[in-house]
Amino acid sequence: MADVLFRGGRVIDPARNLDASADVLVQNGRIARVESGLAAPAGARIIEAKGLWVVPGLVDMHTHLREPGQEYKEDIETGTAAAAAGGFCAVCAMPNTVPPNDTRAVTELIVRRAAEVGKVRVYPIGCITQGQKGENLAEMGELQEAGCVAVSDDGKCVRNSEVMRRALEYARGLGLIVIQHSEDTDLSANGPAHEGAISTRIGLRSQPAAAESVIVARDLELVALTGARYHVAHVSCAESVRLIRDAKRRGLPVTCEVTPHHLTLTDEACATYDTNTRVNPPLRSAADVAAVREALADGTIDAVVTDHAPHSPVEKDVEFEQAASGMIGLETALALCLELVRANIITPAALVARMSAAPARILGLPGGSLAPGAAADVTLIDPQVGWTCDPARFRSRSRNSPFGGRAMHGQARLTLVAGNIAYEKEKPVG
Amino acid sequence: MTGPHAFSQKHLLGMEHLTAGEITTVLDLGEHFLEIALRPIKKVPTLRGKTVINLFLEPSTRTRTSFEIAAKRLSADGVNFSASASSTTKGETLIDTATNLDAMSPDIVVIRHAQAGSPYLLTKHIKAAVVNAGDGQHEHPTQALLDASTIRAHKGKIEGLTVVICGDIDHSRVARSNIFALRKLGAKVRVAGPRSLLPLGIESLGVEAFDRIEPALDGADVVMMLRIQLERKAGGRFPNTREYARLFGLSPRRLALAKPDAIVMHPGPINRGVEISPEVADGPRSVILDQVARGVAIRMAVLYLLGGGSEALE
Repeated sequence: MADVLFRGGRVIDPARNLDASADVLVQNGRIARVESGLAAPAGARIIEAKGLWVVPGLVDMHTHLREPGQEYKEDIETGTAAAAAGGFCAVCAMPNTVPPNDTRAVTELIVRRAAEVGKVRVYPIGCITQGQKGENLAEMGELQEAGCVAVSDDGKCVRNSEVMRRALEYARGLGLIVIQHSEDTDLSANGPAHEGAISTRIGLRSQPAAAESVIVARDLELVALTGARYHVAHVSCAESVRLIRDAKRRGLPVTCEVTPHHLTLTDEACATYDTNTRVNPPLRSAADVAAVREALADGTIDAVVTDHAPHSPVEKDVEFEQAASGMIGLETALALCLELVRANIITPAALVARMSAAPARILGLPGGSLAPGAAADVTLIDPQVGWTCDPARFRSRSRNSPFGGRAMHGQARLTLVAGNIAYEKEKPVG
Repeated sequence: MTGPHAFSQKHLLGMEHLTAGEITTVLDLGEHFLEIALRPIKKVPTLRGKTVINLFLEPSTRTRTSFEIAAKRLSADGVNFSASASSTTKGETLIDTATNLDAMSPDIVVIRHAQAGSPYLLTKHIKAAVVNAGDGQHEHPTQALLDASTIRAHKGKIEGLTVVICGDIDHSRVARSNIFALRKLGAKVRVAGPRSLLPLGIESLGVEAFDRIEPALDGADVVMMLRIQLERKAGGRFPNTREYARLFGLSPRRLALAKPDAIVMHPGPINRGVEISPEVADGPRSVILDQVARGVAIRMAVLYLLGGGSEALE
């Protein structure tokens, strides 16, 4: 690999409290120096970064790569290509594959395939319970040995309080964090929309925000009981935010994440019955969106994640209530979050922290900083460039985005993983 | 559409997106078609050569029959495609079913479906005009139109009236369509029922919500009772039908709280002795069978407007 010098960019490295114009020199796959006025070593590629942001590689701690088992939706090759194009240097693969990642053999397959065809780093997340059934604990120790960095039954909630208690205890002993998909499935009853004025008007079956927050409330009591590290997946409503904010004040070891779509879309988006807006948790009310935005800004919400959930037309070209939940997000996340920066809801440094340093810290991953000596995972961002979202051009194998046609600003220009170029935006011809 | 009829919709998907003028157009046309039922030969050639498919993917007898009669009286060729005989049970998607039917060049597809938004999905994939004959708990526009027609006929107007809709508001497409339509036409709408059957945010549709039926009935001009799904107890939202009848059923004593000339309506089929007592259902203030009669005329008006009926109305 060639050495690279990013010259004159805005270097944003929240882990080191740095936000200044500087040069970044990458040598032998590692960050060599971050200073002003660096000279390029012989043979180094010089990248003019004036007007651009040079940030630690983005980390998505919640991605569905669909391999093994649903390669017609996505696989590790296409999913990581989408990640690289979105500016991500690392993704965490959620375990609801077919079969689910509840055994060492599945983890090893993912690790091997990622080494063979992955464009970015892939960190598997293992199941909490066997088959995601919420009954018997999965072999967390072996999963961890094979490479899993956390456990989650994502897509399914661990409903049984006793099972959740023992999962937290067991994971604590291993030093693993437990990521919960918070959903009281009796309350939600698979309701495809958020319960409120919009669902009442458009007649979609719905689930209340409380379906999420009652599980968060219960789990926080179990965290207090067990002392285990606990992370709430895709927080979407004001009540969950309030509970987590209070728990952090109490000193509980809790963290949480939010998706770009829960930050930028309300339940009003479902009014046309576009199945690409069907997602779980559902798109919430304007008041909930305001609450998660506030929590993102004040640090109650630690991380932004995509919850990239590819589905094919087979799952989406059907009635709204029959459509699979989920939307792709790897190639839109950055631009959507930059909308929040332009609206002065969050600073550039805070955004980079939520998309890089924080997820790396929560999961104990390398990366998340441009400290000299660190592996050279670097994302070069053009924060201004205008583009129109066209899912047909995405690298993801799936097209299920509700953002088609949206005017976007900002995107990744170049993604460097361990000093290698994982993605580079082609220059416009002529 | 040419001529005097102010109606610019290609489809009839719901009352939410119709204007008061468009609703009035349908009601006026419905009055005209009502007269045809009184003729010895109950048929006009207006839609001769047009094809109407009734795509009923949820059990329904009366609505389908009403649409079928409406099509026949306009001389359209009506075909029924119902769930029991359908390919949807064989795993075919709604879009595939619809595009296959559309390939046979129907002019209008009337769809009944258990899930909200299905008629919208249809409009994106077929060329024919789409009529929503009930989509989940969302809308049932022709029911609201025939209800408005009935109210106007008995009260002489709709503007300024107080209409009470009682029962399972949450699961009711009839309630939603009536709320949209009656509010546009200037009525005051109240909804009443067990709190567990009043959907969140219902007030945002411009109605007043009551969790007891008595205060809602006070001074009402129109009392519309909704059917309770006996088989499912509306999803466990109330203890049993005995208590429901005692607390929320329309008895003569409760009806006395409404205006002396208040009319009683029900979209049918009624559960006698549950949401409505037999004395009230069969009483002098019940207009339930008039609703049914007007249903055919209103559906003729809808098919006429969407089918581009060009023959002069006789």
